[in-house]
Amino acid sequence: MSTTPRISRRELLRGAALVPVAGALAACATPASQPTATASSAPAATSAANPFGVAADKPLEVWIFDGGFGQDYAKNIHQPLFKTKYPNVEIKHNATKEITKVLQPRFAGGNPPEVIDNSGANFIDFGALSQDGQLQDLTPLLDAPSWDDPNTKVRDTIDPSVIEIGTYDGKFSVLGYVNYIHGIWYSQKVFRDNGWQIPKTWDEFIALCETIKKSGKMAPFTYAGKFPQYLYEPLLTMAAKIGGKEVLVNIDNLEDGAWTTEAMKSAATAWAEVGAKYLMEGTTGLDHVQTQTAQNKYKVAMLPSGSWLENEQKTTTPPDFEYGMFPIPDVTGSDKMPYGTLHTQPGENFIVSAKSPHPQAGMEYLRGMLSKKAAGDFSGLVRTLTVVKGATEGKDISPGVTSASKAVTDAGANTVYYRWFNWYGPLKDEAIAATGQLMSGGLTPDKYLERIQKKADEIKNDSSIKKYKR
Amino acid sequence: MIFNRYRRGLFITSFLAAPVILYLVYVISPYIQAFYIAMTDWRGVTATPRFIGLDNFERLLGDGTFWKAVSHNGALLLLLPLITIVIALFFAFLLNVGGPQGLTGIRGSKFYRVVFFFPQVLAVAVVAVLFQQVFRPDGSGMLNGPMMALGISPIGFLSDPDVAFWSVLGVMVWQAVGFYVVLFSAGLASIPRDMFEAAQIDGAGRLSLFFRITLPLLWDTVQVAWVYLGILALDVFAIVWVMTDQHGGPDFSTTVMAAEIYRNAFQYFRFGYASALGVVMFFFTVGFAILSLRLSRRERIEY
Repeated sequence: MSTTPRISRRELLRGAALVPVAGALAACATPASQPTATASSAPAATSAANPFGVAADKPLEVWIFDGGFGQDYAKNIHQPLFKTKYPNVEIKHNATKEITKVLQPRFAGGNPPEVIDNSGANFIDFGALSQDGQLQDLTPLLDAPSWDDPNTKVRDTIDPSVIEIGTYDGKFSVLGYVNYIHGIWYSQKVFRDNGWQIPKTWDEFIALCETIKKSGKMAPFTYAGKFPQYLYEPLLTMAAKIGGKEVLVNIDNLEDGAWTTEAMKSAATAWAEVGAKYLMEGTTGLDHVQTQTAQNKYKVAMLPSGSWLENEQKTTTPPDFEYGMFPIPDVTGSDKMPYGTLHTQPGENFIVSAKSPHPQAGMEYLRGMLSKKAAGDFSGLVRTLTVVKGATEGKDISPGVTSASKAVTDAGANTVYYRWFNWYGPLKDEAIAATGQLMSGGLTPDKYLERIQKKADEIKNDSSIKKYKR
Repeated sequence: MIFNRYRRGLFITSFLAAPVILYLVYVISPYIQAFYIAMTDWRGVTATPRFIGLDNFERLLGDGTFWKAVSHNGALLLLLPLITIVIALFFAFLLNVGGPQGLTGIRGSKFYRVVFFFPQVLAVAVVAVLFQQVFRPDGSGMLNGPMMALGISPIGFLSDPDVAFWSVLGVMVWQAVGFYVVLFSAGLASIPRDMFEAAQIDGAGRLSLFFRITLPLLWDTVQVAWVYLGILALDVFAIVWVMTDQHGGPDFSTTVMAAEIYRNAFQYFRFGYASALGVVMFFFTVGFAILSLRLSRRERIEY
């Protein structure tokens, strides 16, 4: 009996046709079934000048979020600086407005680029990246000598909150490069011309709103109505000022009743009053650029924003406008935190991919960015402060940045921050939606806080959502 | 003879194989993969997601925002085809047989035909951005500006949660009508003229012409329009995502299934859960197509 397999021509054709189908099926939308092994060749020897062992001729790929700061700072400041030490490392510069769309498939496919400015509205979730071991542990960067001075560690040249906020699952892995400073922004010229004073208490603030309203010259207050997160920022900062830093810590930690505390109620009530009486007409339907432009046209006096504002508006701001920023006024007279308390938070988050071919060069690139020259030139170019201490010393900077950096100095240790919005996306969207309703009168302060609390509880009880603590 | 038939079969198969393979790879396989991803906790960057069975579907049942989105899709499913078809039929009738003699369109109908089609030519993103300006809530808005000049207080077309959904519906109708005017016009052109003539000689007015002749003879076309518009209502995404505040807001008042899928996948990085939402949406859409074809089946009128 012959057992020789006989394959007819038809079967052969069928088989040949199926092979590529199977291959294509396996490669389509689902993640690769096996993680691609990183072909990391042995790193070059480390030295004081080359602390991570950057290979002299291996390329480095950089992706910049092309947002409010553009991408020129990377091309014209950071990369040339890197090149001075490593002339043979070819830098592949890329920029996009959609970090997730471009780079998420690369992570899933196992070939992410080295350095990513993971910012903008569509950044890749840090929790997801951290859970999967995609983030390079940047602790060696902290302990490396700084670019400028071999006797100072990088750790000592930057704002300590960067390390706290950039730590995921116990490892420092996200470098916030820009120090965002939040406050109420106004035109120093307008205030001077009209004899309006910076309000130090909430009563003074309301009185000022009343004065501006009666003057008929402009509306007192506005915020980016389409993006109510611009308004929950001063609301939360105010609550922390009234009730202390733990108000925000409890919110971040999803503690029971964290949103419905007395401090939160006072803050929500105060802002709801502003929403009811002092908003510029049409505020709820305008975005940040439209409201900020209205301020540049002297149609409205004050709005809440962060230290990126001046750069964002540089093309529409009149030359004598003179941006200024003031902190949240005292509310109760017995506020737990003193006048001048600020919300400052590192942002513009840079990461190095652990599974990229050349993470050593990625860390070295960040070390270069943290040099005084790189940080100082960055501040000059995009009119904002970095987390590098003293990088703008002796430099001629714009009035808004001057005002913000003075506010930071005055605040000293009285700074607050919160992280829940980065940790729990659904909670962020609920808070945004509810804050819009609070400001347009659709929700009472009590109902507003109850609603967000309900969402926070939901997230707390959902076992599929990874929880964070600070 | 047998050999020849075999050869011919092979010849035909070789031509059919390419499209079948393409279809399998690019249409069927993503569906199968979506079903698989829906049963994992994939967060988008992991190479090996964990299998969690039907957990995502269980979670979905308690997801208030998703059911809000479903209810918006449901409302669109009822209203969008109805309003669009009524308006398109009316215009098509006027353009083709609504003239005073009953056999020609009203004056200027050739011009209108082109104008009605304009919105269809514009990309959805362009339409969305355009209407953001039209609906602006302050004096710079195309609608609110003149209203405010007349002393009427402005309407928050996109910023008032009670109004926003209707604004979205309005834009969708505005964009869809032109295509269906053309579609119905083509349908009307294939109805023999003598039917209208005969009806007119018998003394039929415009109303009877429309209800007794035009509508019954156009039924097949209307049915197709209904299914198309229904599917449009179910998978609406871009107009909501680009035009409305907070991508489906304010306060989730305009969100739709596709927007929630996108939000969960690309903003919350819950790809597994988003796929589960996608699977549910798939069944809604297929269910709708089958149902509407069944229910609207009626005897063909031969002519």
